[in-house]
Amino acid sequence: MARPVASVPAMGGAKTSFSPLALRGPSWDGRFTVLILFLPPALLLFTLFVVLPIGEAAWYSGFNWNGFGKPTNWIGFDNYRFVLETRAFWLALRNNGLIIAVSLAVQLPLALALALMLAERLRGAVALRMLFFMPYILAEIATGLIFSFVYDGDYGLVASIWHAFGAEPPHLLASTDTAMLAVLIVIVWKYFGFHMMLFIAALQSLDKSLIEAARIDGATRTQTLRHVVIPLLYPTIRLSVFFAIVGSLQLFDLVMPLTRGGPADSSNTMVSFLYNNGISRMRVGYGSAIGVILFAICVTFAFTYKRWFMRDE
Amino acid sequence: MSNAESTRQPFDPAVLFKALFLALVAIFVLVPLLATLLGGFKSLGELRVNPFGLPSHWKWQNYADILFSARYWQLLRNSLIISTLTVTLTLIVASMAAFTFAHVRFFGSSMLLSYLTLGLLFPAATAVLPLFIKVRDLGLLDTYFGVALPQVAFSLAMSVLLLRRFFKDIPYELLEAALVDGCSYIKFFRYVTLPLSRPILATVGTITFVNSWNAYLLPLVMLDTDALYPWPLGIMVYQGEYSSEWHLILAFITLTILPTIILFLLAQKHIVAGLTAGAVKG
Repeated sequence: MARPVASVPAMGGAKTSFSPLALRGPSWDGRFTVLILFLPPALLLFTLFVVLPIGEAAWYSGFNWNGFGKPTNWIGFDNYRFVLETRAFWLALRNNGLIIAVSLAVQLPLALALALMLAERLRGAVALRMLFFMPYILAEIATGLIFSFVYDGDYGLVASIWHAFGAEPPHLLASTDTAMLAVLIVIVWKYFGFHMMLFIAALQSLDKSLIEAARIDGATRTQTLRHVVIPLLYPTIRLSVFFAIVGSLQLFDLVMPLTRGGPADSSNTMVSFLYNNGISRMRVGYGSAIGVILFAICVTFAFTYKRWFMRDE
Repeated sequence: MSNAESTRQPFDPAVLFKALFLALVAIFVLVPLLATLLGGFKSLGELRVNPFGLPSHWKWQNYADILFSARYWQLLRNSLIISTLTVTLTLIVASMAAFTFAHVRFFGSSMLLSYLTLGLLFPAATAVLPLFIKVRDLGLLDTYFGVALPQVAFSLAMSVLLLRRFFKDIPYELLEAALVDGCSYIKFFRYVTLPLSRPILATVGTITFVNSWNAYLLPLVMLDTDALYPWPLGIMVYQGEYSSEWHLILAFITLTILPTIILFLLAQKHIVAGLTAGAVKG
């Protein structure tokens, strides 16, 4: 099995080189085999199913095309104009903005508060952590259906509260005024546990001696929290904000079972708008234009955010 | 000492506030879940007057009907096939690529790695229409692979990153010694790297599985035949058919989220590990 030792001296002055392996004949062959066997599957799949479709979306967005045959009806940037002229698109964009706002203003503070309470490895704390994390594990579809029951004007929790006051219950998901609010509550329910877990993991890996030092120096609990713990958490908070925004921009599965983006487009997100207008009606050019706009927003955000806020990581 | 202290002041307002706050959040999380579970035991009439209390008469029949229906098992079977395909392919393809990036120096290595990790930024929805056309042109529309292959492609970026970081921690001297002894890179990968990497493989595998198991958009676009539907699609169809018979729908939801919850309890260590290493959702 072992190769003759004679091949080792052949590498000559390899000891002084940066990478001894690079100078060895047989191992270069080995590396070559690995390169041509191990890398192509990943690169091929990624290029074929992720990168190319995004490029093609840009291409298709120049056509008026229903997806059958070859795209021939080139209309330039008209699809983008049509999208931007649609009121429902701006509603969807506004809704994504609302989702981001609620994520940042309600979800993350709630997650942080809970993490600070539950970071210790106490029995009750571990059980509560698991409970709060449970909604995140459930599929968006299941979550959406559960809440369409909760919100149901005839059978749901909301209805029974209204009945208790002797009033006729509202159909929250069926009214343009309340549908989006109802969706936002579900979003908080579903995702706060994810951020809580991120914060708990960060808290558990903090250097405890810094906190102890602050306490010994006479800082109160609140002072320690404000001036030591929270600043130490900044990298995680920045990451959490990043996930919250990227996730909010892509929200779709949760909306479908709740409202399908309705009524009257009042609860569409950009992706459900894309689905309702591009995919279910196979308006490939129009849908692709929406996809490209969403892509541009996501990528611009990601790069700007990384550059401004996550430079050190 | 500290025990004595805490028993001396049982009415610390901060502790009370904390307990109240935690209880409120726990109720907020639990009520919808319990209402779903219990609702499946009620009759439709009872659900109307008592949506959230215990059922006065436990109707096991709702659950039994679903458990004895072929439809329920078919949905689970489809989900299991698609998720298993996705996980297996992701683990094979990603671990091979991650191994190359971790241990083989070659020109363009870091460029290719950044190319792959760009995938973390791409929302799947952006590409879903062209992806549909591509999958159609490949003849994979309405097949398990038509769903699984794009899912593998979209999970690669994160999987390769996580695996590579772990593989890099396997001592370089080990690889060097093995190569001197005439072991090939491929044998090293198969007999040293993979066995040593079980924890991270389990983490990547679990996260990929959960994502695939819960996925909705890709199967929705790629599958046409009900018989191939995974459970998130199937449950939407079911809900459409039984529109307001909530007692049946709730029982159905409970039985479809049960596997998820069991998986979570079994694999929560791996799920949390993968998530804190960087999941992109929320």
